[in-house]
Amino acid sequence: MAADRKVLIIGSGPAGLTAALYAARANLSPMLVEGLEAGGQLTLTSLVENYPGFRAGIQGPDLMEEMRQQAAHFGTEIVQGDIVRADLSKPPFRIELADGRAVTTQTLIIATGASARWLEIGSDRRLAGRGVSTCATCDGYFFRNKPIAVIGGGDSAMEEAIYLARLASKVTVIHRRDSLRASKIMQDKALSNPKIEFIWDSEIAEVKDVSRGEVTGLVVRNLKTGHLSEVALDGVFIAIGHTPNTALFKGQLDLDEHGYIATHNGTHTSVPGVFAAGDVQDRIYRQAVTAAGTGCMAALDAERYLDGIPEEVLAEIA
Amino acid sequence: MASDKVKTLSDSNFDEAIKQGVVLVDLWAEWCGPCRRLAPTVDALASEYDGRATVAKLNIDENPDTPSKYRVLGIPTLLVFKDGELADTLVGLRAKEEIASTLDRHLSVGASNAKSA
Repeated sequence: MAADRKVLIIGSGPAGLTAALYAARANLSPMLVEGLEAGGQLTLTSLVENYPGFRAGIQGPDLMEEMRQQAAHFGTEIVQGDIVRADLSKPPFRIELADGRAVTTQTLIIATGASARWLEIGSDRRLAGRGVSTCATCDGYFFRNKPIAVIGGGDSAMEEAIYLARLASKVTVIHRRDSLRASKIMQDKALSNPKIEFIWDSEIAEVKDVSRGEVTGLVVRNLKTGHLSEVALDGVFIAIGHTPNTALFKGQLDLDEHGYIATHNGTHTSVPGVFAAGDVQDRIYRQAVTAAGTGCMAALDAERYLDGIPEEVLAEIA
Repeated sequence: MASDKVKTLSDSNFDEAIKQGVVLVDLWAEWCGPCRRLAPTVDALASEYDGRATVAKLNIDENPDTPSKYRVLGIPTLLVFKDGELADTLVGLRAKEEIASTLDRHLSVGASNAKSA
């Protein structure tokens, strides 16, 4: 059966757009489906200072727009929309979009990334948009001169806390451990900020008040003593990491024990002809530049697959 | 990007604008990444629902009263009004199909009344 496409790419972060750039330049006329969160996590950040080539930094949304234009310039067909179904049982693979369109493809590059994680206590989800947020740059505005909390101890939690400290009256960082996971430079900035306070060794038992439909405070559990205490505040920003977006592929592709797509010999997945790049297959590095790097690898792997070069041979060359 | 079918609302003309029929209002701001992602969807809905529902946007930086009146604490938020009453609130990024089905639901309810009136 003839496929509509040689290469179809799902996702429009640095991994997807770099895969598109390479596939387009290899004359494979790729189609790229952006997904609901077009542009990926970088569109929610502010200044990116660790993407090589921009010594003064570049705004995350601007970087993504540049990548998008570059991929389009070389002939990528970029499609807005979300994918609701993927059939990887046999080639050509079949993808269905939310608007009912279906596309078949000889190779598939999955670059669906990861989305912000929630607390798994229920009350946080129920108060989403009512004082609970996973995006400081989106929703910080609503908490000017109000007390808020940031949950988490990594780099993104510190970035959010520092950003929010400029707006809020006070920021309380609540972290499960007694030290931060964030890089030294971010730790120093957060720990020395007079508007940021820390509650260590603690997790959130409940976000109050679901019955009133607004955030009035947190019930905090000390993990060492089990002691529960209440903190009154108006907003909660959750920054406890990300979950890979693999729901479309469950049962069709091997995932690792953390739920990320398992890859081998570069970007090969358990299904020949299906490749994975970026945060959906990377639990460890999760950087814009590593995502772009694996996106490039996926396009090259797909090109060699289409040329009929067996994976084992590729592994040996490597 | 902006479609001329999308009405631009403000705090001062808001109540008047939502008075009649089904009205979808996109609350947004320049600095909100997900809002920028949602904008083309809202534009497309404005064209598709032209003549059946009003599709509008409100910049919350310039118009702080409306978001606080409807207790909006995150954007993008889509408010759906039916004859002046708040009928639905969709917080965060949503697929076009989900927004469309919400509009369809409110358009079909009471449609028979409209005909007999």
